[in-house]
Amino acid sequence: MPDEVRVRIGADEDLVSARAQARALADQLGFSRTDATLIATAISEIARNIVVHVGQGEIVLRAMEDDRRRGLAVIAEDAGPGIRDVQEALRDGYAGRAGLGLGLPGARRLMDEFDIDSEVGRGTTVTMTKWRIRDELELLRERRRSG
Amino acid sequence: MSVAILHQGEYVIASIQSDLSDREVVALRDDLTRRVGDHRARGLIVDVAAMDVIDSFVARALRSIAETALMRGAETVIVGIQPDVAIAMVQFRLNLEPLRAALDLDDAVRILDRLVKRGSPDAR
Amino acid sequence: MEADQSEGTKLPITAPAVDPDLLHELVDHLRKSQEALREEWVRRITEAKLLSVMTPDEIFSEVTAVYDNYVTALETGSIETLQEYARDLSERIIPRGVETDEVLGIVLLLRDVLARSLFVNYQRDPDLLHRILDSYEPAANSIAVTVGVSFVDERERIIREQQEAIRELSTPVLQVRERLLILPIIGVLDAARARQLTEQLLAAIRDNRARVVVIDVTGVATIDLTVANHLVQAVEASRLMGASAILTGLSSGIAQTLVDLGVDLGTMQTVGDLQGGLEEAERMLGTSVPGVDETSWRSFQ
Repeated sequence: MPDEVRVRIGADEDLVSARAQARALADQLGFSRTDATLIATAISEIARNIVVHVGQGEIVLRAMEDDRRRGLAVIAEDAGPGIRDVQEALRDGYAGRAGLGLGLPGARRLMDEFDIDSEVGRGTTVTMTKWRIRDELELLRERRRSG
Repeated sequence: MSVAILHQGEYVIASIQSDLSDREVVALRDDLTRRVGDHRARGLIVDVAAMDVIDSFVARALRSIAETALMRGAETVIVGIQPDVAIAMVQFRLNLEPLRAALDLDDAVRILDRLVKRGSPDAR
Repeated sequence: MEADQSEGTKLPITAPAVDPDLLHELVDHLRKSQEALREEWVRRITEAKLLSVMTPDEIFSEVTAVYDNYVTALETGSIETLQEYARDLSERIIPRGVETDEVLGIVLLLRDVLARSLFVNYQRDPDLLHRILDSYEPAANSIAVTVGVSFVDERERIIREQQEAIRELSTPVLQVRERLLILPIIGVLDAARARQLTEQLLAAIRDNRARVVVIDVTGVATIDLTVANHLVQAVEASRLMGASAILTGLSSGIAQTLVDLGVDLGTMQTVGDLQGGLEEAERMLGTSVPGVDETSWRSFQ
């Protein structure tokens, strides 16, 4: 199981690939079908932002874990124009360029953690994570494997 | 082929076979709009059972299809939204109005039959 | 489901230095003496009263397979085959009531039987015996651990399956009659439970081709804004699957409070009690799905 998967985002077709890879990693990490769909949907929105508003960027899918949880972190980075008003962009109903909106508030609702770091002229990094609880049996098994 | 389209009486039935790129979604939208007009369809059914992600772009395209179809006298019904996709759409707050949703083709046809009968002054 | 992480994991035949020739020799010896050693092993198993749930024939056939796999594992240093066999064996014997201590017990007995045999065979050359045991011991212990772990893993897999089954049972979606489902919710409705309930409801809608679902919340402990939102989401998701939802069991007081709090109940049908909800569902089914009202229906109590 890879710790990290990098997905280049530069064309329309890359969205299909990004969705599929996100789902595959989510499955491997033991996320439920529904959670995998939530993650894939959130990534679709973020990846589209990159294609439509910037042209190209990269999305990193990273496996996370702590004592009680497993997570999938999505770090979407671009060197585009940046978002002038992040708060505004996170508001439902924000139309953005060409009235497409940025899908950000929706993506945020789908994930557990969501953060945007953006600066006009520098670019944008969206970091979002979904977690799932590792139950007793799973913890036991892992402790045995590593111990 | 990404989408299978067939004409059944006054209805157009589009069956999406796989995950579509944005370009393909737009092409589908334009194609369906044209067919509804060309065939004077009274109903349009879009089967999304094979889509495992329906995001804002797809939702917007579906709404657009439905609105245009309505202007040309056709009602649209979406069928086959999967449970996990439905949950994602609701959590995302994706709205599909004015589209109707049905579980499967049978139900969609029944819904359209009822709507068409109701709406038609001269029953065909 | 997590994929097994071992990719042909090797036994830790590390220090002291393993002599491949020695290993080869001891494996040869174990193969040549296999019949006698297997018999000895079975004798010890019976003496220790292990595997009592199995017949002598069954014990013999399993013992033969384990012995072969054991020696192969020693020889190749690869435990993959052994793991697979152990999993397979566990799958078969756990339902029969074989316990962990029995499985560990028989593997350790085999280790002892083989060790004794090595002692006897090489006793005239203590130095050689020493070196042979240096190769044998770590390998044999690893095998014991592998088999034990596989057994426990299989046990846990079964527990997990049972957990899942219990979880499914604990929130039943009931089919009242054709195209009509009832979901009575009882207890606390937190996010996790709401998600699980919604998933089950949607699956039931799909499997039963339901057109109407009645969600009764009479038994829900507290209905606050969060709970209300969960319910609204369940209703909206049902709608996306072509089913209308009727919410029953909401007191008018709570319904008003929710409306005041901004919860959009307007698009949802809410009817006082379950009976009223069922009647409304009937009405809806009567008009929207032609032919369904002729179907006989089981009474719900």
